[in-house]
Amino acid sequence: MNEPALTPVKPPLWNNPQTRAIAFQVIALIATVAVGLYIFDNTQNNLRRLGIASGFGFLSSPSGFDIIQTLIPYSPTSSYGRVFWVALLNTLLVSVLGIVLATLLGFVIGIARLSKNWLISRLALVYIETFRNIPLLLQIFFWYFAVLRAMPAPRQSLNLGDAAFLNIRGLYLPSPQFQPGFGWVLAAFAVAVGLVWHLKRWAHRRQMATGQQFPTLWVSLALLVGLPLLIYWLAGSPLAWQIPELQGFNFRGGWVVIPEMASLLLALSIYTAAFIAEIVRAGIQSVSHGQTEASLSLGLHSGQTLRLVILPQALRVIIPPLTNQYLNLTKNSSLAAAIGYPDLVSSFAGTVLNQTGQAIECIAITMAVYLTISLLISLLMNTYNRRVALVER
Amino acid sequence: MAEPHVPHPDLPPPASAVGALGWLRRNLFSSPLNIALTALALYLLVTLIPPLLRWALLDATWSGEDRAACRVNSGACWTFIRVHFDQFLYGFYPEAQRWRVNAVVLFLIFGAVPLFLRSVPDSLKLRWGLGLLLAFPVVAFLLLRGGLGLPVVDTSSWGGLLLTLVIAGVGMTAALPLGVLLALGRRSDMPAIQTLCVTFIEFWRGVPLITVLFMSSVMLPLFLPAGMNFDKLLRALIGVTLFQAAYMAEVVRGGLQAIPKGQIEAAAALGLGYWKSMLLIVLPQALKLVIPGIVNTFIALFKDTSLVLIIGLFDLMNIVHNATTNPEWLGFSTEGYVFAAAVYWLFCFGMSRYSQKLEKRLHTGHKR
Repeated sequence: MNEPALTPVKPPLWNNPQTRAIAFQVIALIATVAVGLYIFDNTQNNLRRLGIASGFGFLSSPSGFDIIQTLIPYSPTSSYGRVFWVALLNTLLVSVLGIVLATLLGFVIGIARLSKNWLISRLALVYIETFRNIPLLLQIFFWYFAVLRAMPAPRQSLNLGDAAFLNIRGLYLPSPQFQPGFGWVLAAFAVAVGLVWHLKRWAHRRQMATGQQFPTLWVSLALLVGLPLLIYWLAGSPLAWQIPELQGFNFRGGWVVIPEMASLLLALSIYTAAFIAEIVRAGIQSVSHGQTEASLSLGLHSGQTLRLVILPQALRVIIPPLTNQYLNLTKNSSLAAAIGYPDLVSSFAGTVLNQTGQAIECIAITMAVYLTISLLISLLMNTYNRRVALVER
Repeated sequence: MAEPHVPHPDLPPPASAVGALGWLRRNLFSSPLNIALTALALYLLVTLIPPLLRWALLDATWSGEDRAACRVNSGACWTFIRVHFDQFLYGFYPEAQRWRVNAVVLFLIFGAVPLFLRSVPDSLKLRWGLGLLLAFPVVAFLLLRGGLGLPVVDTSSWGGLLLTLVIAGVGMTAALPLGVLLALGRRSDMPAIQTLCVTFIEFWRGVPLITVLFMSSVMLPLFLPAGMNFDKLLRALIGVTLFQAAYMAEVVRGGLQAIPKGQIEAAAALGLGYWKSMLLIVLPQALKLVIPGIVNTFIALFKDTSLVLIIGLFDLMNIVHNATTNPEWLGFSTEGYVFAAAVYWLFCFGMSRYSQKLEKRLHTGHKR
């Protein structure tokens, strides 16, 4: 019997996976470069035709406009570069405050959502479902145009306990005035922090060696609050509060939170808190009930169970999406542009761009800032994830 | 002989443990803390609900044609909404042509009905769905924009809910396939393709949408040859789609990573090439796993359509805002925003509920 020889047939070149892969990649790269060159060429032509200067020289020329909220000294004679820093600080300010408020509110709502009390958990559910299904911009507009811009004039301000005042110009808060001796109080606080750190290490070592526990939490709290208070009293109460006062048509003194900032902060924290609440709920629910039962049967009471068993495991699930929400909040703070809060997008990619016409530079700087923040945070996140990731067998 | 032991009949559970009373005890008054929380919640409800009801319903004005009608009652002025209702729906679309918008909506509703009927076989559904997917955009574009004998309505006069739905609809249908492609590219073995996809995804995910819209409105004209001009709506659509496609890609990647390698190997062993094994084996399983994520992205996209106000498009958000700044109707911004919020809420909440239903129906027991 003659069997046909089984010689391997070499596939034709265009069917060889390796050749194909190389061909696809070369095509993709050429296409990308071609589009890039096309855009670059068009941009060059357009800039020349429109007579727009390019380069970053404009950053040192004077801006000529004022900004309603500045954290560092600024005047219309300051440079566009200064505007950038003012705007960046405003963005960071509203983001950090928003993150703190949203986290507090989000954890409270998330835990309330898990409450055994039917009424409380339903209320939390209504909160979550209401606020996360309404666009953030609409919420900002609501707080700004419907609530804060509808406040009375300074003379008819809402009086909040004779210390704070709310009117159409903003929220006026008393501001602390530090007298000369206040440095000692701060120093005392720093000393207390150092002491607490050593105490914790000592208590841990002692527990590891002898099994005896030490009420670290209460002693730490006493140190952190007591020591500064003692020094404060000894130094003769070196802190005064300046209450805003009505003078002429407006309030003077104290801290003022401009309505733009207040509405942005309110909307950002209320909106993001709804998402954080869901993350907290999912995180706590992800710890199986067996863990609670095992911990109780080991003799830990419910507070210890929560602190030592459930939270460490829940945080591993909670923290990555939580950071994501922080990032979202920071990016969402750019909606400030819609109500004129002087953040990066509104002042730098808005006013400066319109004045100088240098769209490419302004947008590129703005995007670069947000990209840097995003990449930094995801870098931190990845490091954290590697540290807490479950080590499996 | 002793009597056989007859056990006592079981006593009913105590009245305090069953029925409404038991429920109340378990859920509202089980401990001192719970009682305090219940009291707090009740206090909140009592202080919030009655004024809200009075404002929204009892003291509200519904009739009349101008703001004078709203001087009498102290509550909400829904007249403002009623007078502007058509504008909120259609924007500045010419009144005589509005039937075309309605026709598009009707076409979509009647076209989609067979897809939701249980009695229609799946193979027919697939073909019908693909047909609708191809036919609807053409019909909708022709009807909305005009041409073929219909007077042309420029996109600059589209507005209100119509514009919101156009942006959301186009964005969703374009972002999903683009996102799937990007996710496949990110998981590809080819380093160049992978790098391109990763760069693209991380860039769009790293910047706020508002800067993307700024970019599309001020930088796109610089990128294109002189004289070539893009429609404003199209620019917004491109911005929104690319932005959400990057998010969609990450969602889909999550699903792709969850599919065991054995599936791809089995597909290869059956002789399926890359595209066939992806389209027939991997993607159907992966996409099913990430339905919640996909719908979340859709909801985010729907909410993000409100940002086109930044580049001067009159979507629902902007048209409501515009109406509240009308000098004849000053002072009714609360009513306007509440109305807009209710509309957005209905759509977003509806989508999330539908996704939960879909998830349950497609659930085939992989999850434990």
